Amino acid sequence: MTLPSPPMSLLAELTHRCPLSCPYCSNPLELERKAAELDTATWTSVLEQAAELGVLQVHFSGGEPMARPDLVELVAVARRLNLYSNLITSGVLLDEAKLEALDKAGLDHIQLSFQDVTEAGAERIGGLKGAQARKIAAARLIRASGIPMTLNFVVHRENVARIPEMFALARELGAGRVEIAHTQYYGWGLKNRDALLPSRDQLEESTRAVEAERAKGGLSVDYVTPDYHADRPKPCMGGWGQRFVNVTPSGRVLPCHAAEIIPDVAFPNVKDVTLSEIWNISPLFNMFRGTDWMPEPCRSCERKERDWGGCRCQAMALTGNAANTDPVCSLSPYHDRVEQAVTEASERPELLYRHF
Amino acid sequence: MTESPRIVTEETVLSFARGHRLQHDRVRDVWIVQAPEKAFVIEGAAPHILRLLDGKRSVGEIIQQLAIEFSAPREVIAKDVLALLSELTEKNVLHT
Repeated sequence: MTLPSPPMSLLAELTHRCPLSCPYCSNPLELERKAAELDTATWTSVLEQAAELGVLQVHFSGGEPMARPDLVELVAVARRLNLYSNLITSGVLLDEAKLEALDKAGLDHIQLSFQDVTEAGAERIGGLKGAQARKIAAARLIRASGIPMTLNFVVHRENVARIPEMFALARELGAGRVEIAHTQYYGWGLKNRDALLPSRDQLEESTRAVEAERAKGGLSVDYVTPDYHADRPKPCMGGWGQRFVNVTPSGRVLPCHAAEIIPDVAFPNVKDVTLSEIWNISPLFNMFRGTDWMPEPCRSCERKERDWGGCRCQAMALTGNAANTDPVCSLSPYHDRVEQAVTEASERPELLYRHF
Repeated sequence: MTESPRIVTEETVLSFARGHRLQHDRVRDVWIVQAPEKAFVIEGAAPHILRLLDGKRSVGEIIQQLAIEFSAPREVIAKDVLALLSELTEKNVLHT
């Protein structure tokens, strides 16, 4: 038996706890409690196994990973294993002493999230008073430390018009990279889709703003579009079980952070099985790996090894069957469900926030 | 703010910018450059060139060393080295 190629990156979701309550949070609807979180020794073992398996970069995420007191220790473990470490944080818990400790431990990069450029917009999404000022203070500390920084802005109907100001803020704060990521509509995002999904005009305007900024140079821009307005699906996670592995706070191992909505399959846990066994031979990771599982129209499609059938979780959420073609694809028999969502999003329902 | 293009010459002394490093990937047996939220594979002469970057040696000294190590004409080596290092400097992977 040939083993699959090893994963490139590990998303280590250290905790689901977070001081913010963004209505598009990528965590599952069912948040894992503190008592269920893996201990430091188990996370250390996960990092060792990941490096052994071929992972090159580890993204410490959450929730808010800075809510874990052992973050510095885990960064040091990553450094010792020659794993490139990236901290994905809201910045609201960052201060000079903590940053210095992370820097000394060998942290390679920080991705700092902003909910908006205006205080009102940021608080409406994040729900935490005073968060914007704390984030700006965090960005200045990071800049002064010299650790490379990416600012991440999740965009949606309410803030999408302020993309030019987001770039201006990134330049002012000295970020090397900016990620403008349209909300992805799974889990919490899907619950709030009708309140967040931008119109096609708004999407086109945001794409123009990104192109204009790229043309200026001096700032590297990553742009993630909302695929509801696309004709072809995205190659979700670079293909199921091909490049990416996610470990949840309680140790479940997933091919993507939304995969727990897939029914009728066991979610293996690092407390019971090795990461290598999970990656290589678990039913979950082999379920949609490669192209053998594909139905038509994917099976005979020339793009099948480019988009890998799109997103399994989106197929599950919108068609009720994770093995269907991603309905974003105009060739999917369920594509009308995506088109319908775009029409329905012209209503203005209330936002539903994540909370413990 | 636009910076004028930086030109790498034989006198330039370069090192990896913070957040970037050269690494051997022993699982896949390839050389990679680690960078913010991505890693890219480098092949051919590139790993040999980049492993000599230490923030002390000049580009000219690197060319000299590679010409000896690979018993190749200095001008051939110089062309490859300057092209690679200029490209990576423009991409902010390397800095002076």
